Amino acid sequence: MIALIFRDLRIAIRVGGGFGLSLAFFFIIVIFFPFAIGPNLELLSKVAPGTLWIGALLACLLSLERIFALDFEDGTLDLLATSPLPLEGVVMAKALVHWLTTGLPLVFISPFLGILLGLQNISVLFLVMSLLLGTPALSIIGTFGAALTAGMKRGGLLLSLLVLPLYIPTLIFGAEAARRGIEGFEIQSSILLLLGVTLLSWAILPFAAASVLRINLR
Amino acid sequence: MSFWEYANPVKFLKLSGTVLPYFSVFAALMIISGLCWGFFFTPDDYKQGATVKILYVHVPAAFVAINAWFMMLIASIIWLVRRHHVSALAAKAAAPIGVAMTIIGLVTGALWGQPMWGTWWEWDPKLTSFLILFLFYIGYIALWSAVEDPDSAADLTSILCIVGSVFAVLSRYATVFWNQGLHQDASLSVDKEEHVADVFYYPLLVVMAGFVLLFIALVLLNTRSEIMTRRASALLARRKV
Repeated sequence: MIALIFRDLRIAIRVGGGFGLSLAFFFIIVIFFPFAIGPNLELLSKVAPGTLWIGALLACLLSLERIFALDFEDGTLDLLATSPLPLEGVVMAKALVHWLTTGLPLVFISPFLGILLGLQNISVLFLVMSLLLGTPALSIIGTFGAALTAGMKRGGLLLSLLVLPLYIPTLIFGAEAARRGIEGFEIQSSILLLLGVTLLSWAILPFAAASVLRINLR
Repeated sequence: MSFWEYANPVKFLKLSGTVLPYFSVFAALMIISGLCWGFFFTPDDYKQGATVKILYVHVPAAFVAINAWFMMLIASIIWLVRRHHVSALAAKAAAPIGVAMTIIGLVTGALWGQPMWGTWWEWDPKLTSFLILFLFYIGYIALWSAVEDPDSAADLTSILCIVGSVFAVLSRYATVFWNQGLHQDASLSVDKEEHVADVFYYPLLVVMAGFVLLFIALVLLNTRSEIMTRRASALLARRKV
């Protein structure tokens, strides 16, 4: 499993692996919001948590298709399925790599984007924390969606149609936690709920994704 | 003689063919009589006037829309466990009806909300979770139509239905957490204390029963046509060989 993680990480980081693409996409989406809404910092700081969350969600979505597509095409996935490592482990490794290459970089650049949108020093921290706790859920849910559409030729649009509704609880709790923190309300309940969604997703979705993969590999 | 005998498509077709007319006729009778009763023979509400009568379409449609998803969930689990094709096809058949009922519920709700709450739409937990349910239905139907192999499609959609159910319930609670809303709490609970007055309640029950019968009739009809389509394509495939 560790070997698989390192292999996927190497593929992702090398040229053509698409590492950084979703990061750039996130960046563009977020700096487009002021263009659409207007340069009023007060207004922007109000919508900043939502903007960054939507940006993170779309950036995640963009890179989902790659999780299984290449491995499915060249047969690597068949080999992985017959290897002693259970398919659930493969799914978890893939989701982890997706998070390391998409979710974690997003978390790192989010404070700078938050400042661009007029957030003050402390409130950026709440945003970073909510993204840090929420993006792992986005990765594993997305991996499930990618497993569902693994065998399809043009699954991209379908993938977003399937995955986005599943993102709703994460989005609600994550953005709510960031918003409450920024506005100075208590955030414990929403942070705990967000963490709950993340842990629940990581607990059940590897099994669902693995069984879906088995069907697609049949 | 067991219930599982009807997993055989031939037996299912035979039974559903005999009961379908009865279900349809009773559904029509109950909906028409219930609506007439509700529309013409109940008093106007002292606060809401005649608009309260939207209740007779709104509540049954919403009720069926939610329970259609539960029915799909159960049918999906039966398909995954016992591999009865009829079950998978019934789940497939129920989805478009669920979508239609969700739309009816949302539209009548908007029509009712405009005069009563002064707005067509409000981001209230119940409304929002209905919209979310609509999204789940759309994803489910899209997946059915995207996979070519019927057995894989049935498997994939079943798992999506199960996972979707978990996330739909989560979203429901998330929306409650996110915004406390305008809707009243359970008006139809068994607890007599707080539900709507009897004059409105009895015609509503009749219409609801009618909608449930209508749902069953439509699911049977759709399932039958799915089975026949599949037979027809099997025959075509055989002729090509």
